[in-house]
Amino acid sequence: MAFEYAPAPESRAIVNIAPLYGLFIDGEFVESSGGDLNKTVSPSTEEVLAEYTQANAEDVDRAVKAARKAFEKWSALPGAERAKYLFRIARIIQERSRELAVLETLDNGKPIRETRDADLPLVAAHFFYYAGWADKLDHAGFGTNPRPLGVAGQVIPWNFPLLMLAWKIAPALATGNTVVLKPAETTPLSALFFADICRQAGLPKGVVNIVTGDGRTGAALVAHPDVNKVAFTGSTAVGKEIARTVAGSRKKLTLELGGKGANIVFDDAPIDQAVEGIVSGIFFNQGQVCCAGSRLLVQESIQEELLESLKRRLSTLRLGDPLDKNTDIGAINSAEQLARITALTAQGEAEGAERWSPACELPSSGYWFAPTLFTNVTQAHTIARDEIFGPVLSVLTFRTPDEAVAKANNSQYGLSAGIWTEKGSRILAVANKLRAGVIWSNTFNKFDPTSPFGGYKESGFGREGGRHGLEAYLDV
Amino acid sequence: MYSRYARRYARLVTMPTNAPSPTAERVGGTPTHALQDVTASDSTLRRFLHGLPGVDAVGLEARAASLGTRSIKTTAKAYAIDLAISMVDLTTLEGADTPGKVRALGAKAVHPDPTDRTTPATAAVCVYPDMVATAKAAVAGSSVKVASVATAFPAGRAPIAVKLADVREAIDAGADEIDMVIDRGAFLAGHYAKVYEEIVAVKETCGTSARLKVIFETGELSTYDNIRRASWLGMLAGADFIKTSTGKVAVNATPANTLLMLEAVRDFRAQTGVQVGVKPAGGIRTTKDAVKFLVLVNETVGEDWLDNHWFRFGASSLLNDLLMQRQKLATGRYSGPDYVTVD
Repeated sequence: MAFEYAPAPESRAIVNIAPLYGLFIDGEFVESSGGDLNKTVSPSTEEVLAEYTQANAEDVDRAVKAARKAFEKWSALPGAERAKYLFRIARIIQERSRELAVLETLDNGKPIRETRDADLPLVAAHFFYYAGWADKLDHAGFGTNPRPLGVAGQVIPWNFPLLMLAWKIAPALATGNTVVLKPAETTPLSALFFADICRQAGLPKGVVNIVTGDGRTGAALVAHPDVNKVAFTGSTAVGKEIARTVAGSRKKLTLELGGKGANIVFDDAPIDQAVEGIVSGIFFNQGQVCCAGSRLLVQESIQEELLESLKRRLSTLRLGDPLDKNTDIGAINSAEQLARITALTAQGEAEGAERWSPACELPSSGYWFAPTLFTNVTQAHTIARDEIFGPVLSVLTFRTPDEAVAKANNSQYGLSAGIWTEKGSRILAVANKLRAGVIWSNTFNKFDPTSPFGGYKESGFGREGGRHGLEAYLDV
Repeated sequence: MYSRYARRYARLVTMPTNAPSPTAERVGGTPTHALQDVTASDSTLRRFLHGLPGVDAVGLEARAASLGTRSIKTTAKAYAIDLAISMVDLTTLEGADTPGKVRALGAKAVHPDPTDRTTPATAAVCVYPDMVATAKAAVAGSSVKVASVATAFPAGRAPIAVKLADVREAIDAGADEIDMVIDRGAFLAGHYAKVYEEIVAVKETCGTSARLKVIFETGELSTYDNIRRASWLGMLAGADFIKTSTGKVAVNATPANTLLMLEAVRDFRAQTGVQVGVKPAGGIRTTKDAVKFLVLVNETVGEDWLDNHWFRFGASSLLNDLLMQRQKLATGRYSGPDYVTVD
């Protein structure tokens, strides 16, 4: 008789979602001058969670003015004072972490296991880490008394809504900037809850402003003449558009864009752990991760053995209700993203790659995609080149370390890579030759606030996290 | 008071006590399988064991920890508790063991909860060889097996003749299962053939009358690579079960070393067709821990290992916690140590 896990849903009673949200400008929730509203849905059920405000150019202008006004006092505060607020925010996030985890799972569709064990601990850690830097900027390697830039306009994606907010806001505030942040169109709720946390922490008015809306809001923010710094995380296409908008202005820009990470498995790899790393590399957050290990490069001599283990492991993944504590794979964030994944995988099949998914029943409502594996993939296949941003792994083979490096680097992206081998010297040799901003060895998708993160080539420029992350918000 | 439990979970709690013998199961003596060649000499054995894929300690422990976060509630918990009870090798291995103590243990193994006869019996009682006869009498007429540690347990530092005599005594007294210790000194010195031959000799002595559990003392082997090699060595030599530890050293069964051994038995069956059982022993004291181990079994090797023919817990205090949790599920409140028997 099988060991069936009974449903173990996390209660959503802990989260109190309001029916309607305004914009957070100058320390208050306010209405838009336009009055347009959008809906945000739970991707796992398509249930409408709340209505929120579509900010127009006028609202964005109000927010930037509030941030400009707050900048003077905020940037003049001693670093230790700014740190107090950041430490306070970090502690409130920890205290409210269960609530925020449930909220994030509802709005994004990712499993509660991930929001509880990955997103929220990392969010708090990021604020703690940059709180620590606020009074030590003189010792960060940018000369004495490095100055902030001013008002930062920040646009973040839907895959890690609150974590990307933390990556943007924590270093900006620590260095003395004020911010106007636009969360993604499909996941505005955790940023709006964060606005409440700013009030709870007593953060001075106007230091953090949250404007919600679709791409039009983001475009208005990026184009605003009084913004000193633009930071964007999202697709390469939108990143290019932003770079064009900002070109020729005095604005500083950092972009964190797409990726097509190569996970390289050598024949002497610890196989069982490599399989785990491949799984967390591409199925963590349903593969909706810019640094996902979406290309598996496996040494041809162990391909069969590895694929057999991988398929067996995929068969144990539990797909379903994201609020169930035993769920491994949640919902795709939006109908639009699901359509993109569906189209790209259909193209993979059409181009002759062999498709495999474990037996897996998909819920009838919501946006779902079964974990998928493509074998017989070559560099010439679209699914080996384009970012799919979904739970889809393309398997390619190599014969020698040189070939592995050549294939891994043969991409317009350069965000992440993984190396699996028991041989330390090979890890170092291969890592030196890879053109990727983040390289993991014998692990994958591990994040830490102390570690800089960013890309080469079309994956963007600028680094977030660590000491390097300060540079993006300092006038150096 | 327990009828509610029975009503709610009766469907779930009919525990099989023995799995049918798989066709590939060996019939005592020399193992016959696809990997026979590798044991031909000390050097082939070494080459084979050192050619096994390495173990990344961080990754292994992370996987074990992540499976430890599974939330096992209500019906799943009831199933897991009864399954865990049915898998306990109720153990007493003290210098102070007396016939009275062993009889008490036997009675408890047969009826773990005197107030609720629907509670499954444990898999076995585990005692020193000189207590086997007493234990056998105490569990007579029940499904409970008698397991005996042998081969100069726990250190294993005795001449081979003494070890084999120890095994023979236990079997003659009626032991159904022998828990032997490997020669860790020989293993750490790289004398794999010596360890292998000793296990083969003990297996021959067990013949068809007793199943053999091979204890590696993983805490002394220290590295995960060593534990993987020892697991394969034990299985090649004919172990029916591979077992983590004696319970007599600082580090005993852990989720990570048990996960590693589960991977080994899974891969061994895939290569040879021979299924081998796994027994974590020592340090598993709470229901919560036991359930985590069952999750490891479920998600690593699956249903085929989810009965007491293939998976055991070597434990003593664990049983009372399982019983208290079982009572809690039935009544909705915690009872307390006075509502389970002391032994």
